[in-house]
Amino acid sequence: MNTLLILILIGFIVAILAVSIHKTFKAAAPYVLALYPLGLTVFFFSQLSAVHDHGLHFSTSWVPSLGINFDFALDGLSLLMALLVSGIGTFVVIYAGGYLHGDSNLGKFYLYLMLFMSAMLGVVLADNIILLFIFWELTSISSFFLIGYKHKYEDSRDSALQALLITGAGGLALLAGLILLAQIAGTTQLSALIDQADIIQSHALYPVMLMLVLAGAFTKSAQFPFHFWLPGAMAAPTPVSAYLHSATMVKAGIYLLARLHPALSGTPLWIGVVTTVGAFTMLMGGYLSWQKFDLKKILAYSTISALGTLTMLLGIGSELAVKTALTFLLGHSLYKGALFMLAGGIDHETGTRDVRILGGLRKSMPITFVATVLAILSMSGIPPLFGFVAKELIYETTLDMYSNAWLTTAVAVLANIGMGAAGWIIIIKVFFGPEGDTPKHAHETPWTLWAGPVTLAALSLIFGIFPNLFGTTLLPDAYHVFFPESTKKIYLALWHGFKPPLYLSIVTVLGAIGLYLVHERLLPLAERIDRISAVGPQMLYKRGIKALPVRAGELSHIIQNGKLRNYLLWTTLSAFIFFGLGIWYSDVPLNIFHAGNFTPRYYEIGLSIMLMIAAIGAAASSSRMVSIAFLGIVGYVIAVFYILFGAPDLAMTQFSIETLSVILLVLAIYKLPRFAGVSTRLEHRRDAIVAGALGALVTLMIMAATAFPLESRLTPFFSENTYLLAKGENVVNVILVDFRGMDTMGEVVVLVIAALGAYALTKLVPQKEAEE
Amino acid sequence: MAMFSLLFRTATRFLFPLMIVFSIFVLFRGHNAPGGGFIGGLVGAAGFALYIIAKGTEQARAAMRMSRRLYMAIGLSLMLGSGLISLFMGQSFLTTQWFSIQIPVLGKLGTPGIFDTGVYLAVIGVTLIILISLAED
Repeated sequence: MNTLLILILIGFIVAILAVSIHKTFKAAAPYVLALYPLGLTVFFFSQLSAVHDHGLHFSTSWVPSLGINFDFALDGLSLLMALLVSGIGTFVVIYAGGYLHGDSNLGKFYLYLMLFMSAMLGVVLADNIILLFIFWELTSISSFFLIGYKHKYEDSRDSALQALLITGAGGLALLAGLILLAQIAGTTQLSALIDQADIIQSHALYPVMLMLVLAGAFTKSAQFPFHFWLPGAMAAPTPVSAYLHSATMVKAGIYLLARLHPALSGTPLWIGVVTTVGAFTMLMGGYLSWQKFDLKKILAYSTISALGTLTMLLGIGSELAVKTALTFLLGHSLYKGALFMLAGGIDHETGTRDVRILGGLRKSMPITFVATVLAILSMSGIPPLFGFVAKELIYETTLDMYSNAWLTTAVAVLANIGMGAAGWIIIIKVFFGPEGDTPKHAHETPWTLWAGPVTLAALSLIFGIFPNLFGTTLLPDAYHVFFPESTKKIYLALWHGFKPPLYLSIVTVLGAIGLYLVHERLLPLAERIDRISAVGPQMLYKRGIKALPVRAGELSHIIQNGKLRNYLLWTTLSAFIFFGLGIWYSDVPLNIFHAGNFTPRYYEIGLSIMLMIAAIGAAASSSRMVSIAFLGIVGYVIAVFYILFGAPDLAMTQFSIETLSVILLVLAIYKLPRFAGVSTRLEHRRDAIVAGALGALVTLMIMAATAFPLESRLTPFFSENTYLLAKGENVVNVILVDFRGMDTMGEVVVLVIAALGAYALTKLVPQKEAEE
Repeated sequence: MAMFSLLFRTATRFLFPLMIVFSIFVLFRGHNAPGGGFIGGLVGAAGFALYIIAKGTEQARAAMRMSRRLYMAIGLSLMLGSGLISLFMGQSFLTTQWFSIQIPVLGKLGTPGIFDTGVYLAVIGVTLIILISLAED
């Protein structure tokens, strides 16, 4: 039994039922829904020892011929992520119930949230490349719905679309990269990739594949230059920011880097690109975070900085770096998830998130105050919080690098100073000083809003004092996913002694306090530097999004200007150009005089002459009725040819089609403008040339095709197997309904869509005009 | 836009049922001889086209008994359904299944027959949606 698949499926079922659960249980709905992530958390904790011994592996076949199966695996790394998803998820669901209390669309919100939760669980548990990708895309889609939740605001809609387009474009690149990876490695199973590392890394397409995979990971995890969707995503309700955009979904890119780390890392390309992008993102996020006034924006940029740190660590990829990355992953999720929920609570009770307006909340919101201070201390890396343990490890890692150790360390210190200053801004501006003139009078949040963040902040403290609660339990198991051979004993320590990392930590804390003291004076300067963003990636995106429909509109006005004959002209012309180029560059012998064994019979010549006269007549006639009649003749003569060459099915179809077309044209004739005089003489000549050219080209193509002896494996296959396999004697029909039934179904669907389109064109447009 | 030629209308009265019966005949003979759902559907649609010209669209609609969209929907569902049957047998989508049910005149029942009947209905629906839309107003 595929336990993990069943657990994920239950999540999707809960998501589907979420709206009715909300209607049935009303205010108690979040507690009912939270049972799912709570149950998951309990389950995952119960698997700790199983994971430590051998891990869980399940497989259910889906499309085995393509290597797509419901493969799931639970190892140390996925267990860490799964616990974050389910543990924080439990709090977020309860929090959302309090935060969005009374919102008219709350049921839908639960639906999207549970959908995301199941999809994210799928991402971290999938052991199959394609399966991982499917869940990956599902998280992007649910994120789109959640960011655009307040869809009445244009800002929400734009931000949702922006996030979807960027992560979606990255997703496409990722799909290409993952397929390449599977082709190179010869397996779609993620856990089998590690054995193929040498083959993968020495393959000629490794750089291309790596860049495509990184594009996917970097867009998802908001790395420069794709980072800007994340601050935009703050338009989502705060539970979403806490859950998706700090603790889980943005970590999916990090998770992917980690998951593929054993197979892909270690090359100069990996180290160079991943480390550089990560370090730059870390610095940029740290630099921008203290310049913002909106609490959520401050947290968003510090999240970008943290994601950059994680990326950088996985880029460095040493044993120490991996240990650090795993520790910081947990540390960041704990304090950032808490901070977002606390910011949401403040927003909920005061009506604003602007640090310039807020002030003096420590008396009116004591619980929020204590939790915030704990979380911020962890973020700033101050002992005895868990963030301090992680920060020490980061400095230890960068100092330990083979090359650029000092440069990277300096970047890390600068980024952390920026984040630290942002932390002081939050603590001092929001909780100290005189009470701000907030839209609502501040008081403490209900327990549903503080229960989650207080727990997470307390965990930051507990893990800080007893780091080996994590350091000798889950951390070694996750670490062994990267280095299965390693026998090193893994543990964490709060106190490392008087060593360089500690000195750097002191520098960071002092630097942060210093930056806080002068930050208001630095703002005008920062604003001037910020002009650089006029050529930044976000501006490029905005311009591109604006220009796209305009340019597309211009193009359609040229090619599809509403006159059918114009469409026909372009179609014919491009067919001529593309077929022509194809023939020109192919080495097909254009044996024009290859008449060979073909001696036309007298009635064939007669029919051909008839065909030509009818075609010329159709083009030259000045009456529409006469043209239609001529076209009918053309069609029937072709049908006669089919009979002569032994294709009765085609002939029957052609006869029926011709009959119906003539009827159609006769019916349509009343609605058309007068036939004569739609085109000028010049246009007539142009059309004649284009039509003649295509006609000549098609003739050439037929001659080229007949220059080869007709040899096909299909014809004998079908004539032999039609009766044996499909029990029918009519080859054409058996191909249509049996051998190629899928094609037929597709064609009929196209026909149905065309019919609905014709119906809409003739029926719905006049009605709409009448309404207006 | 019914035509008021007495000859034409009288002829239609005899031709129309003949064409419908013939179209069903074409549909079922398709397995072993020229014909099939697509051709049959076109012949059936031509029969209704005759009806439209002779008696007008209102009467043609009445003669069709159910809405044209329903023709398309039933047709597509039959095609899809005939393909889904094999999934329950543990084979891939659209793998042909034969049932040991003998139907008089037609022969053995199998999924290709259901599939082709779906094509037949869908083609009639499609053609008549376009024809009647153009013939009206």
